[in-house]
Formats: sequence, structure tokens, C-alpha cells
Amino acid sequence: MTQIETFYDVMRRQGITRRSFMKYCSLTAAALGLGPSFVPKIAHAMETKPRTPVIWVHGLECTCCSESFIRSAHPLAKDVVLSMISLDYDDTLMAAAGHQAEAALEDTIQKYKGNYILAVEGNPPLDEDGMFCIVGGKPFVEQLRHAAKDAKAIISWGACASYGCVQAAKPNPTRATPVHKVITDKPIIKVPGCPPIAEVMTGVITYMLTFDRLPELDRQGRPAMFYGQRIHDKCYRRPHFDAGQFVEHWDDENARKGYCLYKMGCKGPTTYNACSTVRWNEGTSFPIQSGHGCIGCSEDGFWDQGSFYNRVTDLTQFGVEANADKVGLAAAGVVGGGIALHAAVSALKSAQRKTQDTRSKEEV
Amino acid sequence: MTGAAGSSGQPAGGRPPLGTADAGHTGQHHVTRQTSIYVYEWPVRLWHWINAAAILVLIVTGWFIGSPPPSMQIGEATHQFVFGYIRFAHFAAGMIMTVGFFGRIYWAFVGNHHARQMFYLPLARKSWWQEIWHEMKWYAFIEKTPKKYIGHNPLAQIAMFFFMTVGLTFMIVTGFALYAEGVGQGSWLDAIFGPLRDWIGNSQVLHSLHHLGMYAILVFMMIHIYAAIREDIMSRQSMVSTMISGHRTFKDDAPE
Repeated sequence: MTQIETFYDVMRRQGITRRSFMKYCSLTAAALGLGPSFVPKIAHAMETKPRTPVIWVHGLECTCCSESFIRSAHPLAKDVVLSMISLDYDDTLMAAAGHQAEAALEDTIQKYKGNYILAVEGNPPLDEDGMFCIVGGKPFVEQLRHAAKDAKAIISWGACASYGCVQAAKPNPTRATPVHKVITDKPIIKVPGCPPIAEVMTGVITYMLTFDRLPELDRQGRPAMFYGQRIHDKCYRRPHFDAGQFVEHWDDENARKGYCLYKMGCKGPTTYNACSTVRWNEGTSFPIQSGHGCIGCSEDGFWDQGSFYNRVTDLTQFGVEANADKVGLAAAGVVGGGIALHAAVSALKSAQRKTQDTRSKEEV
Repeated sequence: MTGAAGSSGQPAGGRPPLGTADAGHTGQHHVTRQTSIYVYEWPVRLWHWINAAAILVLIVTGWFIGSPPPSMQIGEATHQFVFGYIRFAHFAAGMIMTVGFFGRIYWAFVGNHHARQMFYLPLARKSWWQEIWHEMKWYAFIEKTPKKYIGHNPLAQIAMFFFMTVGLTFMIVTGFALYAEGVGQGSWLDAIFGPLRDWIGNSQVLHSLHHLGMYAILVFMMIHIYAAIREDIMSRQSMVSTMISGHRTFKDDAPE
């Protein structure tokens, strides 16, 4: 087994100065929510630890996770990130193709048995023996099971791998299934989002490499440091929510003033993600900042929650256009009508009875 | 007297039977008979009205949380807390209702047997099923004379059980699961109710369930108030005043 270069070696080889390297370490520490005392630890790990091999497989997906990932700004730019993790197999990014690529996958699995991280983008469809997604002439689910068998841990990139996303939306014709329902015997980190934030993706990887363990996960298996709070909890428009100042229509005066998008169907209050703190594209902006509500893309089954522009979920059980308000008001209306009718009949009947009573008394 | 409640009501204070000034010769006969039974003890009545008030506040504020009122421009967002107060009222009423509900459960153990009626269904009792049938006929205008009940009639008992005992529990649990989201991960509320949210998956589904629960309670409220008033007028016993004084009075002396 050849000695793999450390991160530091790679960085130096790529012409990154030690000063830049130390900056990177402190930025990473900050991104992970660690104190300054962790900076030398991260630096030490980067200098001494061999790079962890990563196999990145693609199932049913749109590659938006990869697109997001290669735009990560902190930790550092894409070339360093790619060098950092020794990405031994990623059919989208690697130079090799076809048999060569598949050979690289087999190589990595054999060489680093039990030591590599398996990153999964997309999910396997299970219907028709997985024939809806073929990689290297075989169903993707087989590649996934094969690669997962000797992996140290699995990262489920994005909403597809974590929850199923659009291909698993009702009626889910290919039975697209999230990774944790196919692979049940490995530690799995879910990094949901459509796509996940670039810095969240690289942050998770950096944490795992630095500390040689999984980051702290919440009950759903997401890294708590990035998915511990709702968009709503850290939203800069939150004061307008509490004040009761909402955008009523797109492009109205309130929209220009930057009021809360709650009435426009913003899913911020039900979405756990770091968009409102980390933001996107080097911290430039995030959906709410650009005037559109959150669509809740990092939540389980977000495609099945009805319109992106309505906060009350569609209830398809009751027909195409029904939601809780429509069903509830219809029920209340029916009951109200029933009560009115019943009351009318009751009054009529008792009036009738009273007339009969007086009549029978008169007869006596 | 039919079986629904037995007859362990206490006498009305044990006063000597006295005539009233405005009672005529025939009236005297009625007022000298003891025709009332103490059914709902004060904690039950107190709970009922606190619960009713809390539910009213919860429905109104909950409706506004789902569909907020028009935006208001009282001042800068810093100095304005309209929606915050609506949510505060909702949370406060929810907690009052929860405390009340626990108090009510406690009273089911230490109170009289009418206090327990809301929490179970006597499914094994044959006469209960017959009474259900009778009640259904009474409400369908087939039966001419209603039966006398000291406590709830069986249909009311079913409604109480499903909408109050089960329904309130559902609303309290889902409500606190939603409230725990705001309190944040790591809090004890999240430790208790977080797993429910994660089991359901998307918190928006939980919101929808809580929202639908509101309509169930609303429908119950409509039926409950209608039935109480209707029974007060048309049945052979007091209804509305019973939840104020605790005494059930009967309008005639017939045994059933």
C-alpha cells in the first residue's frame, strides 16, 4: 500500500502558503463552531493524517449536490477540497470513464477496505430490480450495496439520498428509496438539501477528517451543528414575523420593504437548515434574502407538501385541491347545516306535539 | 332511573323541605320533592369553563397563526409585536389547557364517578349499547320521549371520549411538539416531544395534523353547544345550568 499524501503535503504541492493554510484551518474551525484552541489541532491533523479516501457514487439525482459542492468557498476553493479528500471515484468529476472508472472504484474498495467514506448522491430505485438506474451496466442499487459493504461511514448527500426528494414524491413510480432504508448496518450522516449548502458539505467532510469521527448528529441523523435550528429561528426577517408585518402579494410595498414571507408560503418555520446563517455563494444571499420564501428543500417529503406558496399542506386524500382549511371548513359547514336543520325539525316537532297536547286536553 | 349513572348523587344540601312564597298550591308539591342530584363537583365545573375559554382562545389565535391577519403598521418592527402576542396567547392558553387537563385527570381519580365518565367507554355493558340505540332514535325524531340520565347520555359520552379525552391529548401532544421546535434542540421539551416530530418526518405534516385537530374540536364545540341547549329545552333534565351549579334537576317524576 502506497503512502497517501497528507492534506498539508497536497496543499503545499499546489502552491498554497503556510499562511493561507493556517487561515484555512481557522476558517474551518469557525465554520464548525469550534474555539480558537482547535485551530492548531486542525492544522496538526491536516499535517500528519493521510487523506481519507472517498468514493462518491451517483444514483437517481440531478448532480446539484456536486454542483454545490464544487462551489464551496470555506474551506478554501474547489481544487484544494478535491485534493483534500482523495476523491478516488466520482464518475462526474473524475477524468477516467467507462471500464477505467469502474476499475478505480474496485481498486479503492479493495485497497482501503473498511477505511473509506462512501458519499452517496441520489438514491437507488428498487422497483424492477433497480433497472431504472444503471451504472456501469448494473443497477445502481448493486453498486451501492457493494461499495457500502466495506465503507467506514456513509454520507447521504442531499434530499435524494437522505429522504428521496422529487423521484420519491408521490406516487414514486420507480420506488426510489433513501439510502438509510437500503443500507442499514453502517453509520449514515444525512446532509439534506436540494442541494445542501456547499460549506455544509465541506464542513462535514472536514470535521470527519479532522477528528476522525462523525459529527454530532440529531435524531434524524443530520449534523446537529448545521441542522440544529430552523431557517425561521435565525432569519433576519424574523422581527417582521413577530411584528405581524407580512408580504401580502409578490412585489407589493411590503415585499420591497423586506417583510416576512410567511403568507407567501415560506417554509422557514418548518425547515431545519443553515441557510439563514451560512447562506450561499460565499455567504452572498439565500432564498429569503432574495425575496422568495423557503421551499423547505431539506425536509423529508418536501415535494408532497403542496404548493411552495401555501403554508397549509394539500391533503390529496380528499381530492386534488383540498387542504386542511378546505376540509375543515367543509366539515364545519356540513355540521353547522346539519345542526340548523336538526334544530328546525326539533322546533317543528315540539310545536306539533304542543298543539296535539292542547288538543287532547281540550277533548278531555 | 336508567343505568348510565346509578344513583350516588348527594342530596341537595340536606335542607328541610320548605315551600317558596311564589309557589301556588300545585307548585308546592313540586318544590317539596327533592328532584335534583349533585353531579358535577366544583373542580369539574371549573375545568369545563376554563377549558372552554382556553379552547376559544386557542381556536381564534390558532386560526390567525395559520392565516395571519393583514399586516399592521403600528411602528417599526422593533416596537411592534402583534403576531408575537397572538402566538403568546396561543401558547399561554395551550399551557393553561394542559394544566387543566392534568387536573381533570387527577379529579377523575379522586372525584365522584361522574368525573370518570369522560375517560372510558363501557363497551362491555349491554344496556349501554341499547341506550345508544335509544339516543340515536331520539335524535332522529323516531323516539318521542327521551330517557333520563344523571351523567352523560351514551352519545355524549362517546363524543366526550373521542373529542376531549383523545382529541385534547392529541392536540396537547402535537401542540407541544410544535412548541418544542421553537424552544430548540437540547431543551427538555424537545427531548420529550422531538422524537414524535422526527417520527412524523416533516414538521409541516405535524402542523397540518394540529390544524385538522382544531377543526375536529371546532365541530365538537358546535355539536356540544347545540346538543346541550337542545337537551336543556327538550329533554327531561337540566343541562346548561348543571354545568354552572353542578345540580341535575329533573322535570318529571317518572322513573325512566
